[in-house]
Amino acid sequence: MPEILSFPTRTEHTPSKVPSPMPLSVRHLAFQAGHTSILKGVDLDLETDALTVLMGPNGAGKSVLLRLLHGLLAPSFGEVRWNGLPLDKSLRRQQALVFQKPVLLRRSVRANLSFALGLRPVPNRAEKLAHALATAGLEHLSKRQARVLSGGEQQRLALARALILDPKVLMLDEPTANLDPASTLFIEQAIASARRRGVKVILVTHDQHQARRLGEEVVFLHDGKITEHSDAESFFDSPKSAAARAYLSGDILV
Amino acid sequence: MQDFAQSFYLAGQLLISGDPELGEVVALSLRVTASALAISALIGLPLGALLAVARFQGRTALTVLANALMGLPPVVVGLTVYMLLSNAGPLGVLQLLYTPTAMIIAQSILITPIIIALTRQVIADLNAEYSETFRSLVVPGHTAIIALLWDARFSILTVLLAGFGRAIAEVGAVMIVGGNINHVTRVMTTAIALETSRGELALALALGMVLLLIALSVNGAVSLLKGVDRSTAHA
Ligand SMILES: Nc1ncnc2c1ncn2[C@@H]1O[C@H](COP(=O)(O)OP(=O)(O)O)[C@@H](O)[C@H]1O
Ligand SMILES: [Mg+2]
Repeated sequence: MPEILSFPTRTEHTPSKVPSPMPLSVRHLAFQAGHTSILKGVDLDLETDALTVLMGPNGAGKSVLLRLLHGLLAPSFGEVRWNGLPLDKSLRRQQALVFQKPVLLRRSVRANLSFALGLRPVPNRAEKLAHALATAGLEHLSKRQARVLSGGEQQRLALARALILDPKVLMLDEPTANLDPASTLFIEQAIASARRRGVKVILVTHDQHQARRLGEEVVFLHDGKITEHSDAESFFDSPKSAAARAYLSGDILV
Repeated sequence: MQDFAQSFYLAGQLLISGDPELGEVVALSLRVTASALAISALIGLPLGALLAVARFQGRTALTVLANALMGLPPVVVGLTVYMLLSNAGPLGVLQLLYTPTAMIIAQSILITPIIIALTRQVIADLNAEYSETFRSLVVPGHTAIIALLWDARFSILTVLLAGFGRAIAEVGAVMIVGGNINHVTRVMTTAIALETSRGELALALALGMVLLLIALSVNGAVSLLKGVDRSTAHA
């Protein structure tokens, strides 16, 4: 475990049930917007038991792929199956997606969290809420309007809201891009903690250090296609595709 | 000129002395318009929000209709309600013509499209921001609508004030269905019309000042609310 994550964290004291496995299977997935092909036939199998980092240059289709995996976009072709099932609402209820730009309700920090809690029959609401505030480091800001928070605080709140319903799958779209180090640390700790609880994590990031700290396997997306899918160590030490080599050495602008 | 000055003087006296006739007319105006606003809000807020959020057949047609009806001429509304409520009309048995209820009905019809159309716009804007997050969290439709209305509450209040302002200031509809009967259906606008035509400028002016004051307060409240909205969004 990288040293940044081995602090005595406050994230472990609520034991959540271990989620059941949620393997992902994607077949011939294509997505077109108008006449433009954004994803051009993606095949992907992910096991639950690994934190997957999704990398690739800007415009490669990473955000579109996450939305397809979560059912926010409908494929033009092909299919997405979780645990063998096609996406529907009940499946989406077991997943959470943290957007690159956090969307928060025009309410207080606390109200943003309780809104999410109110959506499902959840026991121990008060305890869950307090724990979520603590984990995100937002206790002292709980009454503040969410939209006046700093970028880092907003993203921490968005992640806390995503985690408060105990999802089996957590997808994050560049959650720490442009964030301060403290917020980045909070978010990486929360991701690592979710992973230890058995949550399937799919993380989009451009940050190679972050990808090495957190990632167990890497999926590399280039121009709407997956060109590489390997364990993190071999991806960073000896990338096989030319595109990934160029990306890692900074020759492709991220 | 002398006449004018005198009228202003008398109007001021009426206002300061709290003239009971003046008070009665102002109170009825407020009661009628507040009731109409309550009815329009009850219908218009959910319907406007539904038009903003739900996908169903005829949604565009309804939106266009609501937008078009925003500009309903008050006299046409008055005439229509008159024909419905008159003894020969389909609702004649209710005996509502020339009652405050008839005026409430007419004003409700006048401003409900305004509430619907403006609410739809406000909620559509906020929904553009929220909808993906709501779908991700699998928020049920009715919960989403309530959340949108609540989070847009400052803008919604300005919508309601716009409806109130339009209803309290109109004269054509309440004149036709209310009849401007003293102590029964006389409201500010119909009283102003009558007193002016009779040359009783003092009472007309006093009422005009009250109406102006109400209009200014409504506008002041709107800008104040917008300020509050902005400060909670960015402060
Ligand atoms: N809804 C959409 N309509 C049209 N084009 C889109 C849409 N969403 C994304 N795109 C385009 O698809 C490409 C991939 O986008 P995206 O998935 O956001 O890339 P990234 O890998 O940087 O996250 C980009 O060229 C983007 O402009
Ligand atoms: Mg992206």
